[in-house]
Amino acid sequence: MLDTNSFDLRRFLQGGGHSFGVWVALVAMILFGLLRYENFGSAYNISSFLNYNAMFIVISVGMCFVILTGGIDLSVGSVAAFTSVIAAYLSPFGIEVALPGAVLAGLAIGCLNAIFVVAMRIPPFIATLATMLGAKGGALVISGAQTISIDWTSNFTKLGMENAFGLLPWTIVITAFVVIALWVVLERTSLGRTVLAVGGGEDASTMMGLNVNRAKVFVYALSGGCGGLAGVFLASGFGAGQPLEGVGWELSAIASVVVGGTLLTGGMGTVGATVAGALLLGLVFNILNFENGRGVISLSAYWQMVIRGGFLFVVILLQSQLASRAKGVTQ
Amino acid sequence: MSATVAIMRERFDPSRHGALLALAVILLFNLLVTPNFLQAQTLFVNISQVATIAIVAMGMTLVIATGGIDLSVGAIMALSGALAPLIFLSDFAAANPTLGLTASIVVPVFVALCCGIFNGVLVSFLNVQPIVATLIFFISGRGLAQVLTNGNLQTFTNPSFSYLGTGRVLGLPFQGWLVLLIALILYWVVTRSIFGRQLLAVGGNERAARLSGIPVHRVKIGAYVICAGLSGLAGLIVVAINSASDAARIGNLMELDAIAAAVVGGTLLQGGRAPIFGAILGAVIIQLVKYTLLANGIADEVALIAKAGIIIAAVYLQQARKE
Amino acid sequence: MTDFIQMTGIGKSFAGIIALKDASLAIRPGEVHAIIGQNGAGKSTLIKILTGVYRRDAGDVRKDGKPLAVSTPREAQDAGIATIYQELSLVPLRSVTENVVMGYEPRTRFGLIDWKAAHARTREILARFGVDVDVTRQLGSYSTAIQQLVAIARAVSLDAKLVIMDEATSSLDDQEIETLFSVVRNLRDSGVAVLYISHFLDELYQICDRVTIMRDGQTVATHVVAETTKLGLVSEMLGRDASEIQAAGLTALSGGHGNPGEVLLEAEGLRSKTGLRGTSFNIRKREIVGLGGLLGSGRTEAARAVFGLDAVSEGRVRHHSGAALDTPAQAIALGMGFLTEDRKADGIIPHMSVRENITLAMLPRLKRMGAVDRERERELVAHYIDALQIKTSGMEQPIRELSGGNQQKVLLARWLALEPEILILDEPTRGVDVGAKFEIQSIIRKQVADGLAVLLISSEFEELVEGADRIVVLQEGRSVSELQNPGITEGALINAIAHHHERSVA
Repeated sequence: MLDTNSFDLRRFLQGGGHSFGVWVALVAMILFGLLRYENFGSAYNISSFLNYNAMFIVISVGMCFVILTGGIDLSVGSVAAFTSVIAAYLSPFGIEVALPGAVLAGLAIGCLNAIFVVAMRIPPFIATLATMLGAKGGALVISGAQTISIDWTSNFTKLGMENAFGLLPWTIVITAFVVIALWVVLERTSLGRTVLAVGGGEDASTMMGLNVNRAKVFVYALSGGCGGLAGVFLASGFGAGQPLEGVGWELSAIASVVVGGTLLTGGMGTVGATVAGALLLGLVFNILNFENGRGVISLSAYWQMVIRGGFLFVVILLQSQLASRAKGVTQ
Repeated sequence: MSATVAIMRERFDPSRHGALLALAVILLFNLLVTPNFLQAQTLFVNISQVATIAIVAMGMTLVIATGGIDLSVGAIMALSGALAPLIFLSDFAAANPTLGLTASIVVPVFVALCCGIFNGVLVSFLNVQPIVATLIFFISGRGLAQVLTNGNLQTFTNPSFSYLGTGRVLGLPFQGWLVLLIALILYWVVTRSIFGRQLLAVGGNERAARLSGIPVHRVKIGAYVICAGLSGLAGLIVVAINSASDAARIGNLMELDAIAAAVVGGTLLQGGRAPIFGAILGAVIIQLVKYTLLANGIADEVALIAKAGIIIAAVYLQQARKE
Repeated sequence: MTDFIQMTGIGKSFAGIIALKDASLAIRPGEVHAIIGQNGAGKSTLIKILTGVYRRDAGDVRKDGKPLAVSTPREAQDAGIATIYQELSLVPLRSVTENVVMGYEPRTRFGLIDWKAAHARTREILARFGVDVDVTRQLGSYSTAIQQLVAIARAVSLDAKLVIMDEATSSLDDQEIETLFSVVRNLRDSGVAVLYISHFLDELYQICDRVTIMRDGQTVATHVVAETTKLGLVSEMLGRDASEIQAAGLTALSGGHGNPGEVLLEAEGLRSKTGLRGTSFNIRKREIVGLGGLLGSGRTEAARAVFGLDAVSEGRVRHHSGAALDTPAQAIALGMGFLTEDRKADGIIPHMSVRENITLAMLPRLKRMGAVDRERERELVAHYIDALQIKTSGMEQPIRELSGGNQQKVLLARWLALEPEILILDEPTRGVDVGAKFEIQSIIRKQVADGLAVLLISSEFEELVEGADRIVVLQEGRSVSELQNPGITEGALINAIAHHHERSVA
């Protein structure tokens, strides 16, 4: 009998059994990189890789929660753009103000999504599409469609540059903290299990007396908050609020979640596999850069998108094979 | 009892009449406020702008009617829009102008159709959720277009090709007539043809449709192929209007406009309904809102927020009607 | 004895349509109480008011003599009322344990879920029912019977004082039902009241102490089950005289009197991934062939295989024309039809009109230059609405607005319009009221007299025994014997199923 009592690596990795592939692919890719490129395993590469991908990891994890309820959040990219501008405007007051301020702004947009979806019963796809446009418009309006430089004299700049406890950049530390916290929420709290149950069957969850609406409000607010945090990372990474950024982020996040084996219909998936999915998609770029660096091939940045799409295609093919095999077994 | 309900429904359908009402309000507002609104130039500008949205929205309507969605329309527009100048600016086209021009229209549309087949096969045979299946081209399609053009802006002067975007028939923009022609054909397809009936049945209840012997896979692929083909065509029109092709910009955010237009026009997201003229109505509303704000000196950005409001209102009305 | 739950004068209407008026219900602690009534009698509305899904317009609900106010399923659960719905109210994607403890998870010191304790508690409760499964596996990987028991385990784990079971046995086989009943008796003996809703009157006599009969949104009467007769209950349910019903017979099918013609379709040694392990039968012109057997014996699976819906790994289906039969489209082209069990999921297209629903399967035949021949379509539809007496405001009315029985008639018309040679009927009268059931059965019999061949699947033994000319008995995916009408009795059929069952075990 599978024992899932305490911390169980297999449960963490596998979730519903759909996500094993992503870990294999991730390990394979890392091994490939380590063997092929000299500096791949260097502290600098690892640190800058994680630093850059932190924002994608954060929004992917938020997206994962939304998708687990069977919903979707298309607004995260715009939210990040919007909150990066907020963070830039608030940067003179220091990180203590800018970070919570931007996260709260994201949270507010997430709550708006929650109102549309839960109270007004608008399908998540459409509701978040609208807030996506709204947040994008908002970002452009408040910034005058210009990038807003952050205050270089404030401590806001420390976020991306200075190491926490002299070890890792703050960005990475914060991201790790968020990921672990959300992993615990999903695996070990009633709220997290309700999120999974809602995606597995909304009516059944209501009948079981679970607070479905609370779970939905939670995931949209969370995703908005994650978008807000990503906005802070974006501003610190580029040294400016970026109202034009964030285009297509929501789809990258969805791709990470899907690559991580989470069912788009909800009910099954894990935080860990989502992070793995995000890392995997990020590694495609990283390795491409190294490959270009070796000078053997020279692929323009445009190829990255093509390769990403191809990658998604392969993963989807594998998943649909797995899914149909799983179906054959249960029947 | 139910008969009166049926009559009442016919008389007031908020999802359709709401849109008409919105159109009336916008027109009235423009007549009162916008300077020079009642001029032929205004009509021309709006028709030529709305045509691409309307063409893609009609395709999107068919896809949504099967219960799907197509995120790749903008990317497919970019792909076909990048291909066309590549072809008619090539040495081959310089040698055979007519053939080159034909190829520059036929080949991009053919490539778009292939993208549609790809989307449709993923959705039907491999049972991939439409959002994910079309995400592949959404991500890679534009990349492919940029790879083809090396990310360069292609400018050209080719009057024959530009006719697609700047030509006039009976004094009105050519693409306006094209929209009308496509709409009439699709309206016939949806309401009269076997394929149309099958399309709505698949969207209404896929399992029941399969059991009734309807070729569900073929019908779905058909919807994605039509949608992709229309997107390809729209890409060509955009390029023709601008006499320039920028793969990064053609059809950018078009998927959102098209979905919004379809929904505003009364398409049910869960499938089973395909109001073709509704999609055009939706496209016109979205275009007019954009135009109104622009003509009154309000920033383009605010138009995004307005569009968001329209989408929410339209779907909320749809939802309210269902309950 | 004081009542545990007392509902009096309950009224409820939906959009002006009265669902309940002055309904009442009294449940004593530690009794198994049945509610019966036709579809639309108000049973489920009454239950949903008790469980907080709906809010009542009028009336009074008391628990242990004190007013009870519940407005959500959660509050009902906290008040000790647990419900097991017909369509399972569990989450198949999640584990057994999660489904039992969801919302009431045991916690560790840090306020996090204590999975160890949760698994242990789940195992312990299920062990009481004699169920030993891996509680960490997905619930959906277990049989419906296990899932039902998990639902009950959830109720027990919540210390429910009243367990409501809505059509709990409708998809279980005899053995599973026996297990379920022993669990129900167990609950009763420990002082838990069970409210039992079922279409199967026989079950009432096996398990229930008292029965409440509902009709047209009102409570007609409550009896001690032992003091009632089946006929008496039916007559109270229908509001008709007992003698009237007896004269009419229980079904309008009467098999065994026709003279079947040549063989139209032959299934030989079918094996499939869906669970067929050697199913053989044939269908002849002008006859109704019944498929008898328990749930999981492969009845629906055999029908699906014959219709080209599921692939056959071994054996073959021979159509008399010799043509291949691999897809529903081919089957339809060969003159076959399949009225499925699940009307909502596999049958109606809710947005579409009655007209469009009727002609769905025959679109290729209505083709005229790529378009639907509307004139012929209307003619045909008008004919079938009339012939089957479908109650609709017109052929353009959306099918979703029709009653269940009329929807079923539309679907029957969909297949009859094809003028099929062979019609597969999977539970053709499930969930339709008695009147419509009678009509549907008459239509089928008439069509058979005119030459139609029918493959009939029904969980109601009466329908099968009286209706079929022959019954092919299936067991674990194998056809094991064949009974011939006239002469089949319910006892004989049950015997045939049970007999083979014993042999296969031995």
